[in-house]
Amino acid sequence: MSAPIGSRQGVGAPLPRKEDDRLMRGRGLYVGDIRLPRMQDVAFVRSPLAHARIRAIHVPEAHRGRVFTAADLAGVAPIRAVSGLPGFKVCEQPPLALGKVRQVGELVAFCVAPTRAEAEDVAASVVLDLEELPAVHDMLAAREPGAALVHEHWGDNVFLETLVDVGIASALDAPIRVSRTITTARQCMAPIEGRGVVAHLDHRLDQLTVHTASQMPHIVRNGLAECLGIAQERIRIVSPDVGGGFGYKAILLAEEICLSWLALRCGHPVRWLEDRREHLTANANCREHHYCITAYAERDGTLRGIDCEATVDSGAYSAYPFSACLEAAQVASILPGPYDFPAYRCRTWSVATNKCPILPYRGVARTGVCFAMELILDAVAAEAGLAPEVVREKNLVRPEQMPFDNITNKHFDSGDYPQALARALAAIDAEDVRARQRAGEPDGRRIGLGLAVYCEQAAHGTSVYAGWGIPMVPGHEQASARLTPDGGLELRVGAHSHGQGLETTLAQVAHEILGVPVARTRLVHGDTAATPYSTGAWGSRMMVMVGGAVAAACEALRERAVRIGAHLLQAEPEACRYEAGRVIGPSGDLPVEEIARTWYRRPQDLAPDTDPGGLEVTAGYKPVRDSGTFSYAAHAAVVAVDPDLGAVEILDYVVVEDGGTLVNPLVVDGQIYGGLAQGIGTALYEEMRFDGRGQPLASTFADYLLPGPAEVPAIRIEHMETPSPYTRFGQKGIGEGGAIAPPAALANAINDALRPLGVEMLHSPVTPRRIVEAILAARAPARTRAAA
Amino acid sequence: MKPAPFAYERPRDLATLLARLAEVTGSVKLIAGGQSLGPMLNLRLVEPDLILDITGLPDLRQAAVEGGTLVLGACVTHADIEDGRVPDVTGGALRRVAAAIAYRPVRNRGTVGGSLVHADPAADWVTALTALGAEVEIAGRTGRRRLPVERFVTGALEVALERGEVLVAVRVPARPKGTAWGYVKHCAKIGEFAHAIGAVRLDPAAGCGRAVIGAVEGPPLLFADARPLFGGRIGPDFARHFDPVAADSALAAAGMADPVERHVHVTVLARAVAQAARPIPMPLTEAA
Repeated sequence: MSAPIGSRQGVGAPLPRKEDDRLMRGRGLYVGDIRLPRMQDVAFVRSPLAHARIRAIHVPEAHRGRVFTAADLAGVAPIRAVSGLPGFKVCEQPPLALGKVRQVGELVAFCVAPTRAEAEDVAASVVLDLEELPAVHDMLAAREPGAALVHEHWGDNVFLETLVDVGIASALDAPIRVSRTITTARQCMAPIEGRGVVAHLDHRLDQLTVHTASQMPHIVRNGLAECLGIAQERIRIVSPDVGGGFGYKAILLAEEICLSWLALRCGHPVRWLEDRREHLTANANCREHHYCITAYAERDGTLRGIDCEATVDSGAYSAYPFSACLEAAQVASILPGPYDFPAYRCRTWSVATNKCPILPYRGVARTGVCFAMELILDAVAAEAGLAPEVVREKNLVRPEQMPFDNITNKHFDSGDYPQALARALAAIDAEDVRARQRAGEPDGRRIGLGLAVYCEQAAHGTSVYAGWGIPMVPGHEQASARLTPDGGLELRVGAHSHGQGLETTLAQVAHEILGVPVARTRLVHGDTAATPYSTGAWGSRMMVMVGGAVAAACEALRERAVRIGAHLLQAEPEACRYEAGRVIGPSGDLPVEEIARTWYRRPQDLAPDTDPGGLEVTAGYKPVRDSGTFSYAAHAAVVAVDPDLGAVEILDYVVVEDGGTLVNPLVVDGQIYGGLAQGIGTALYEEMRFDGRGQPLASTFADYLLPGPAEVPAIRIEHMETPSPYTRFGQKGIGEGGAIAPPAALANAINDALRPLGVEMLHSPVTPRRIVEAILAARAPARTRAAA
Repeated sequence: MKPAPFAYERPRDLATLLARLAEVTGSVKLIAGGQSLGPMLNLRLVEPDLILDITGLPDLRQAAVEGGTLVLGACVTHADIEDGRVPDVTGGALRRVAAAIAYRPVRNRGTVGGSLVHADPAADWVTALTALGAEVEIAGRTGRRRLPVERFVTGALEVALERGEVLVAVRVPARPKGTAWGYVKHCAKIGEFAHAIGAVRLDPAAGCGRAVIGAVEGPPLLFADARPLFGGRIGPDFARHFDPVAADSALAAAGMADPVERHVHVTVLARAVAQAARPIPMPLTEAA
């Protein structure tokens, strides 16, 4: 059965997602849905203190044998996520704390019982004898001499310091010089599904089987094998349906190691399902950046240079595989954003504190640098008396410069950045908004228009990651494709979907080449036993890398199908072509089902020299250049700010984006909607605060605010499609972009609204409290302010 | 996030409930909708020996008008009020408050009595029922007593319930025609606990009224005689005479040291006054 004539299912078709039928009906299978016979539950004993020496762990006699501590895990290697960047200080994270705890929520012991409630009862009976140490929770204070040390043997708290200086001295005489301190709060990623692990020993295969909600099952296997000291073929990682990842499921968890260790010994399956308190207070932290940034510019807005000191609060440990430093080191390389200017200096610090390790979150460092860069550009505009778009137009990389190597040697592959900005301004109707702004609102609120432009390196490969020197370097991406005896298609890939619609989009890629209907294509993924090796789903790499690999496998399969078909049609292969699921010869044609049936069921009809590889192919893929695709977007936001209560309403929001060739525009729109919701959270709501002893102050969603349906407006998206010259279909990675620009666009809009009041908001989230505080401070007489 | 072990009973009448309360020795918690107690149990912030579920008492789910006063059983849910399944004597005031409590799933289960007994200062009923001049009805082994809400809520998460007593009903007086009502709360997002609440119930004809500032540290700040907030008199033009400085001073005197918080609370009260002067149309369709 081929695709009906006239149907369009290949690259570019806006197909609804296949997987939604089960996911939207509650028929998905997540780790929490897995039930194994005799399975028991695990609860962890976690550190209540941010920094303390462990004097003793008291386990009641009645619970001995059910409670395990670091002493039991002797022989298990600590998690080591080393960076190859010069000067990086190594830290080791034992799966259970050894000697000292360095963050609230750090694992100290685990307890196993028939149910989670009973396991928590056992955990509550374990008494920790801790000697509290001074905790360091402020990243700037942590850099100071004399600060409490997170890892004593380092002598300071700096994981890594980096410096790039590209002729900043030449910019210092610029007529405009503006400096700002800009910060983003520590956040928690909040996928609907938390982490979860079900582990058991499969005696038949002599294999440790670990079901875990992961974006990168093969990388988890690397890490588990290293920590547990067992051979990789003895480990199988299965990642079932995953309810959102965003980076939080792209790390090796100490919990995964503990559950695996236990499953190898206890004789029954074990399960741990993360609860929301564990998730918020002990694990999913991200995003905390501090920038002291100076822009040098001409009076017409032309940038002469950017000088920045950036600090990232990396937390207590280095997360596997991305390390404690990827975030800050990336800041230095991507801060210039989509702009072209001649001088640049950036010093960065990755600082250890007594907080959770910082993890990569959708956008990774890009959200922070976009916030810093776009806010400083608005400050330049205000100083020069120019409209914010004028400063951007002056400095955006122009289309005739493409491909363009920027000041940090990032290779922008293609695009028209100024056009994206111009279209965003037109779509938001900037003139109309500004006229309304001048007229004033009847309800006393203030209107503001904000812009942000970014470009997003995605699917960057070997050459980029070899330079970071972290435990994971992506190479060729592989995919397997197999035609079934009745003409269906099975695809196997080692990366994993955590909600981005791969079952549909990869089937579209296959359809483009083989013509097999999307409905007859099955994707097998998330299982190390069934798929080729892959570093997994991260870095907006799936459509470029996995899509490219599926295309390569299907092309090889098509070639073989043509040869079999040519023989059956009694024609030369060169005289035949493949089109829409049929091999077409000079005097007849055959559907691919017939070719598959022949290969599998009637081999007697094959030519003697038929390729014995048959209708199953594993192929590998890398783009022509592996320095990454550069998707980009201009965001424009209109807000109304209530100056008395600080409430912000988003009145309009426009995204003009260029993701190259869109494999499925509906899926791209979905990625933008979801990312934008998270970006709104970063901009206005989400913040994990800590007290002076390093205690996290939010442990439920009553305290950690996420935007809900009422806070996310209907947005308008316009697509541009400039194909990447380097990828299979011209596609670019777009998975993170929606979350990058909203904090900058919204803060700029709020500042545009409040500038006449003398207020500038430079910290995300821009909460009502912070707005009112700033307005009242600006209103106070100058003398009072000086005194305060 | 699983509760510590507890015993659970669901008595079917008030006498049994009161008898059990009198005889048990360990710690006891009553549960109705469980919208606050449930999370507290799961977080092990409370670990009672016994939970008595009071939703099996039919009387507590009833609502009736008695001589102009609305008597709401303690287990009437926010959604019962929002949807108009109970009578109204407040000209829609209760329904508007109910409809904006947290989220619909919370309103489906959360109860008016439970909210008052939990006495979270940021909860809507604590402030709204104080402003409306409501009373609570408390049952104990020795009989029943009534208290005005402002004397029932004595602090943050503190109420004037003696051991063995149960809040059984809330009595809301009728809001006569001509009485102005305003209720405004300020949240960072819809459904969040309020950062500030302002409520006024003013009778310009009689020249008197009540005002309440809620979502403060302790119990709501009640102006049982709101005239000082309006330059000494409450007339038909009360909105023009609202005095933010008087409200600000009262908050400062009550111990609210932070000027930003005071500004927000005074603003919210001012908006409640403005709303009372220009009542917003009832947004909900009346129940048949």
